[in-house]
Amino acid sequence: MVYRIRHQTTYRYEEPANLCHNEARLRPLDLPTQRCLDFRLSVEPTADFRASRSDGYGNHVDYFAIQRPHEQLVITAESRVEARPESQLQFDAGVAWDELPALLLESTDTDAIDAREFTLPSTLVPRLAELDELTADDFAPGRPLLEAVDALNGRIFREFEFKPGYTDVSTPVSSVLEDRAGVCQDFAHLMIAALRSRGLPARYVSGYLETLPPPGKPKLVGADASHAWVSVFVPGQGWADFDPTNNVRPGDRHLVTAIGRDYADVAPLRGVTTGGAGHQLDVAVDVNPE
Amino acid sequence: MPVRSHPAPTAPADYRPGEWDEMVLPEGGLRPGWDPIVRWLDDHGPADREATASEIRRLLRENGVTYSVHGEPGDGPRPWQLDSIPWILPDGDWKTIEAGMVQRAELLDAILTDLYGDRRLIREGWVPPELVSSHRGYLHPCRGMRLPSKRQLLVAAADLARGPDGRMWIVNDRTQAPSGFGYVVENRVVMTRALPRLFHRCGVRRLASFFRMLRETLESFPTERGRRPRVVILTPGPQNETYYEHAFLASYLGYTLVQGDDLTVRDGRVWLGSLGGLEPVDVIVRRVDAWFCDPLELKEDSELGVPGLLEAIRQGNVAVVNHPGSGVLENPGLMAYLPGICQHLRGEELILPSAATWWCGERKARDKVMSNLDRFVIKSIQRAPTFGTVFGSQLSRSGREQLRQRILADPEGFVGQEQVGFSTVPCLNGEALESRRGVVRSFVTAATDGSYVVMPGGLTRVAASQEAVIVSSQLGGVSKDSWVIGPDPEPYVSLIEEAADPAPETDARSVPSRAGENLFWTGRYAERAEGTARLLRRTVLAFVEGFGEEEAIAGRHREILMQGLAGVTNAAPIHPGEDFAAVDDEDEVLSLLEDTERVGSLPFVLQCFRGAAFAVRDLWSPDSWRVIDMVLAEWTERRAVGNKGLEPATGPLDRLIIDLTALLGLNLESMTRDAGWRLLDSGRRIERAQFAIGMLRHFLVDVRPPAEERLVMESVLAASDSLVTYRKRYRTHPRLDLVLELLLLEPNNARSLLYQIERLAANVEALPRQPHAAHLTAEQRLLVEATARLRLVEIQKLAVPAGDSRRRLETFLDRVSESLSELSDALTLTYFRHAERPRLLRG
Repeated sequence: MVYRIRHQTTYRYEEPANLCHNEARLRPLDLPTQRCLDFRLSVEPTADFRASRSDGYGNHVDYFAIQRPHEQLVITAESRVEARPESQLQFDAGVAWDELPALLLESTDTDAIDAREFTLPSTLVPRLAELDELTADDFAPGRPLLEAVDALNGRIFREFEFKPGYTDVSTPVSSVLEDRAGVCQDFAHLMIAALRSRGLPARYVSGYLETLPPPGKPKLVGADASHAWVSVFVPGQGWADFDPTNNVRPGDRHLVTAIGRDYADVAPLRGVTTGGAGHQLDVAVDVNPE
Repeated sequence: MPVRSHPAPTAPADYRPGEWDEMVLPEGGLRPGWDPIVRWLDDHGPADREATASEIRRLLRENGVTYSVHGEPGDGPRPWQLDSIPWILPDGDWKTIEAGMVQRAELLDAILTDLYGDRRLIREGWVPPELVSSHRGYLHPCRGMRLPSKRQLLVAAADLARGPDGRMWIVNDRTQAPSGFGYVVENRVVMTRALPRLFHRCGVRRLASFFRMLRETLESFPTERGRRPRVVILTPGPQNETYYEHAFLASYLGYTLVQGDDLTVRDGRVWLGSLGGLEPVDVIVRRVDAWFCDPLELKEDSELGVPGLLEAIRQGNVAVVNHPGSGVLENPGLMAYLPGICQHLRGEELILPSAATWWCGERKARDKVMSNLDRFVIKSIQRAPTFGTVFGSQLSRSGREQLRQRILADPEGFVGQEQVGFSTVPCLNGEALESRRGVVRSFVTAATDGSYVVMPGGLTRVAASQEAVIVSSQLGGVSKDSWVIGPDPEPYVSLIEEAADPAPETDARSVPSRAGENLFWTGRYAERAEGTARLLRRTVLAFVEGFGEEEAIAGRHREILMQGLAGVTNAAPIHPGEDFAAVDDEDEVLSLLEDTERVGSLPFVLQCFRGAAFAVRDLWSPDSWRVIDMVLAEWTERRAVGNKGLEPATGPLDRLIIDLTALLGLNLESMTRDAGWRLLDSGRRIERAQFAIGMLRHFLVDVRPPAEERLVMESVLAASDSLVTYRKRYRTHPRLDLVLELLLLEPNNARSLLYQIERLAANVEALPRQPHAAHLTAEQRLLVEATARLRLVEIQKLAVPAGDSRRRLETFLDRVSESLSELSDALTLTYFRHAERPRLLRG
């Protein structure tokens, strides 16, 4: 399946900014599960300086600067992505989850060694001892890894309420746990925290989900949104994705743009202006099959 | 002088050495190199020792060496403390340290390069990935980033201590932005001045070659078209505890001292906002912690950094020393793996071992630490953590249990280290000779060919008392110079001497626009302080002497002076809301002399003056800084010591006025007339003109009875330092038209308004012009206007009263004053940076 993605972000400043530096992580990744066929990032006003690179996690980063007074900034990322989810969905359930930590420490496999840093707390995913209670039933001793993770995926979906606007970027995982509500980003952070607390490597995946309109209704333009989910390391097989917001194993409607320890590593856009005051933000995302 | 033969000296009788002492052997003899020191101690009794110590204090004070200055009144700079006795490092000892430091630097450089590059040390199992990732010094955005030099670690430091077995070992590695080498130079300068003969007799190795090497390295980075690289030192600013050192290094090495918002990234390169516009920057010596360096990719609310800096490094357009990721090497957990890495990479053992370390992120090591808490020192792996160094042996049973829980909750965050005793060094506490535990910080720099050079010397710090076990690794406390005894006398090397190319460095020290602004305000505050002091002196004298007038007139004169004082100083009322007249006049004058908190008081203005001057600490000559630094301190001291009341104030006021005048002289005679100086002088001129206008306006606009008016005019002349000139010139008692002529129009009177305006015009002419400036800039237009106004004015008409006031004089003064305010605004707009806080965009 090939998708066309259009992700448009508009900043309107209250006062003109003189200089603006930005980093975008908007180019879909090349992974066993997907291939980026095309990518174009356009900036209005035209960027005075651009550069791109790959970050430590293999994400594609575009840097651009606008070096003259401007009152509004529009960033449009357009891409075509071919989704091939089968590779991941064919994983077997893997080792017992409680054998994994020791196995990782002994492994000399590069992927396994690289996975180890994802067992540590990170900026937005601190250690939370309370989480072990939440996951106690799902992580019975000896249970195969993916079975246990799948159970947790379902639990978060059932026990936590999806409430758009209830939280923001700075809401800590602890209050999501307490209030039992949040959005995809919160559920991803929560699930990562729970997995790491058990010594399992878990990473944050940022991307898109194609949404389907209610039956019989046309799909609205710009109605999609960026999405976030979780990936867990299965020795010998690779990383397996889980989407606790929808209680699914991401299939061919999930498209990945960046991977990291948490949201702080993968924000689609991050910028700093000098001059200017506050700003208004509009984001419109469209994901459509070709 | 005949050579006196001394018997070999023995350890001083009153000295109680520690387990391993640097000076004294266990049998009581002396270790190599200490003979001259012990002879000096033998020859110098209590009085001499105290004299040396006080000479050292004086020199440090005069050089203004401090390690912490806060803006708060009362919480001033803490003077640096330096002990009279150096730590002697004999040649044999030093060879081991030197080899060990070079080996350490090469090893750390290889680790740094690898951790941000191929990560083979991690992938091949030499370092656990968790140890690297859980340290805040490991910056993910720096992965793949390389400086265009052979080494990634260009300067480094390590704290060395000697264990009970006599071996030197490394306590801390400092690789982020090592501080201390400025203080080493200051210590050395002071020691060679306080103890020149002792220094000479010991055959101490010199430091200058190290700094020359550092400069060569910094200036070896490539630039386009082979231009000589521009190097800046990036400081967090005057609030930082080691700001003194940043300023010192800037002036010692000859580089521009900048703060984050002096710099801007455009076109993927770094620019300095200077008075002449944007100038490219090639090398940044970073004294800001890496995490704060770039709000775009690192700490997003940092106001100390430069947005886009990391990208400029990646583009290869700027080198940042050290590499922003170098903090990762400060992780004490790394010490547990260094022996293995050293064997793996170099096939050899560490010459200088680290303290035996167990990183709690590893199961076995954690178990070891947990079961030996009473023997171990526990440290957080993070720098400047909320958790200091904890000695397990000093904890209670419950304290140990709490610590255990804390480690279990975050095992990767802690290490246990074997507790090792430090050796002791002799120290003079007053006249008594004590042994205290000591640590010496040693410094290395990479040379242009990639080899490492160790500074022959270092910064020694000693424990707070003879009993204390812990030597704080923070700066502050008592320091010592460290003398490496050379095998042969060394030729003298100057830092400045052989510049690689003798081309004049016209652009090397361009003035950042922030510095320009601080110079401008230094000028304004210096002048305001002087004016305030002169007017206060006149007022105090009016109270104390009365100038021999009859009481009614003298009383009226005092009243007028008080009103004028309030008007000219713009001092806030003592008790807001209360009638000004409700405060007793003498109290009011005293408050203006003493109240540091009161806006507009003399000490308040002096504080503002010092603050502005301190922010450009690197730009003052030693003599200028001495005056600046002394003015406020001495004023406060003199007032505190002297008995209260007005009468004793005149002496100190005289001194203060002399000091401030001396500074003006130094500014005139010993500063280069660059754009910075032009702004300093402009600040002075604007302030002096405004002060003169203020005085004329408050004292001479109202029409008064002749006797009163004469006295008031005399006061105005006195407070304007023009009384003598007036008498010489006119040989008559004060007459308003003559007074006005002298103070407004006399082109040869350095106090006249016209003189200030002409100086301002010359300054504005010499300042760099903005590329898009109109035919006449705003500044020039305002000055043309003010000059015309002055030249066209008819003094006689100004002096004519209309009823009880001189309206024309008032209007005239107001107009000129307005032009000057506008000029100040125009200069600000043209030359000074307008604080633009970085703002974050998220999406």
